Amino acid sequence: MHTALLLLTERKVDVVLGFQRGTIPMMSHPILIRHPEGTDQLHWDSFCSTNLANYLPQRKERIAIFAKGCDSRNIVLQILENQIKREQLYIIGVPCQGMLDRRKVLTELYGRELLGVRETSEHLHLLGEGFMDSLERSNYLQENCSICTHRNAAIHDELLAEPVSEQEGVDRHEDVRAIEAMNAEERWSHFEKLLAPCIRCYACRNACPMCYCPVCFVDESMPQWLGKSIDPTDTKTFHFLRAYHLAGRCTDCGNCERACPMSIKVRQLTKKLEKDIAELYGYEAGLSLDQRPPLDTYRPDDPQEFIR
Amino acid sequence: MVDRVIKKTEIADLVYRLMEKHRVYAPVRQQDMSSFQEISTADQIDLSLANTTLSPKSIMLPHSESMFEFALETTTDQAGILLEIETDPTPRVIFGIRPCDARAFQLLDLNFDTVAYKDPWWVKRRQITTIVGLGCNSPCGTCFCTSVGSGPFATEGLDLLLIDGEDELVIQVITAKGSKLLNDMGVEAELSGVKKEVVSSLQESSLQSIKSVVATESLKYHEAKALFNADFWEEVQFACINCGVCTFVCPTCWCFDIQDEVCKSKGVRLRSWDSCMFPLFTLHGSGHNPRSQKLQRLRQRFMHKLKYFVDKYDSGVACVGCGRCVQQCPVNIDIRQIFLLMNDFKVQPV
Repeated sequence: MHTALLLLTERKVDVVLGFQRGTIPMMSHPILIRHPEGTDQLHWDSFCSTNLANYLPQRKERIAIFAKGCDSRNIVLQILENQIKREQLYIIGVPCQGMLDRRKVLTELYGRELLGVRETSEHLHLLGEGFMDSLERSNYLQENCSICTHRNAAIHDELLAEPVSEQEGVDRHEDVRAIEAMNAEERWSHFEKLLAPCIRCYACRNACPMCYCPVCFVDESMPQWLGKSIDPTDTKTFHFLRAYHLAGRCTDCGNCERACPMSIKVRQLTKKLEKDIAELYGYEAGLSLDQRPPLDTYRPDDPQEFIR
Repeated sequence: MVDRVIKKTEIADLVYRLMEKHRVYAPVRQQDMSSFQEISTADQIDLSLANTTLSPKSIMLPHSESMFEFALETTTDQAGILLEIETDPTPRVIFGIRPCDARAFQLLDLNFDTVAYKDPWWVKRRQITTIVGLGCNSPCGTCFCTSVGSGPFATEGLDLLLIDGEDELVIQVITAKGSKLLNDMGVEAELSGVKKEVVSSLQESSLQSIKSVVATESLKYHEAKALFNADFWEEVQFACINCGVCTFVCPTCWCFDIQDEVCKSKGVRLRSWDSCMFPLFTLHGSGHNPRSQKLQRLRQRFMHKLKYFVDKYDSGVACVGCGRCVQQCPVNIDIRQIFLLMNDFKVQPV
């Protein structure tokens, strides 16, 4: 809060991009602050999981932005893809212990009304009328956070706290390998089941900081690439194509899965592509401004085994 | 019409009797979400669900439905003629719908079933459906039904209302259609005076537990254009990611798109849900889009619900206070705050 106040008062930035406390427990609300007096609305807790980089593309002001590890990696990618300029940004790195999964916590309530939560370093306390439950924080992390290996900002101008230690020995692709092990028929039926609940609200796409095309292919009307109904083929086409557009560009920030009202595990698709890109090109998205995503560049020694 | 009562252990039996002659729709939990589904066994029903993730609107207005079919072959005399696809005329029962969601159907009637225009698909589905509500003993923290013309035990739009009275289920008879259904099912035990007291104390405590309140009284007196041009939209729109979650989970968002889909020489005319949040919703054939900006689209949604609808029908706001959008919006845009901004709006002196 103090950092943001100084930046605005000293006119080092025009706006601050951060979070306000949400109107319901375990929710936060992204805000853009233009005046120093607005900074007292700023808030941070384990439910500030929205990836703020989603609000950057094509903005013209000088912006201070609070960035977790994943947010910062998406900022790197957006800079590389000319969506925003490095010199416009003042990146306030927020070392992250992992964000908590609101839906996972809600399952512990069994219909009781939650009035608020309190956090300590290891626990989340749930407060309601006539009850106070304590949950162990580590059991309620968002799934992407529990396997995150980049909790500190990849680039920053200032850090809000000492860097946290990175998780080591994490198996990031256990679920992907399980799908790879299926035969073609099993895999198809797995994807059919996975995507069947989709209501085509496009929250996954719109929550994604890398989905910034001026017109998405699903919104093209001349020609129209995709049907407007919830025909399973159209729905699958949307999800598969969206995932492919993110090959080598996804940081697994989890914003897509978090936004999905139907709790579809859409990250299974992007994680497969993340794994392939790591294996083929040894690349992890958004860690450095000196490395372009492999699919928007060409090297004579690029792997070619798959074009035989 | 006399209220009845059954033991909770008899619910499954009642449902099976209903299923003999009706398609029965009920709240069903599916892993991490819930919705109204056509059931095939009574144990699929979960009456403990408060507000389902998706509203039951798809029972009356399917997410996607084929309205007409046509052939393109010029060899037949049917070529190019739209033929209406028959909808299933089997009587239907919605079992365990919450009072707010039933009221939503009534609000949608104002659009789909008017003197001048009758949407045949909507009207037919309404006619063949008997609506059995379930009173809310424990409303959610985000419920504000009592501020928008409904309530945890409101009976508008219902034929019967079920009230969970501990080990028994009280069945309040609202309409003749509901009464007939009960008689057909052979539910005869009448409600005793003692039980009536239990029910009214339940209703009282439920009403008191609703803490979420919105103000609506000034909405109709504001000048639409002044509200339209209000400064607060700029601030409200910032966080919006322009997805369709709010419109798709909403029981009163009725907008749809109609498209033809052709495969080889056969085609269907489909109606599918659409959303004012999507840029394509207003894209003109010329390429011009009158709502090309996120601010315009978000403003349209709230202006429609809380101002244009109010002005056009004089039946209150197009919101039943179910709180789904409040719970589901990924960036916490809370319609209760928009109510406040719009209702308390003051024109800034120039």
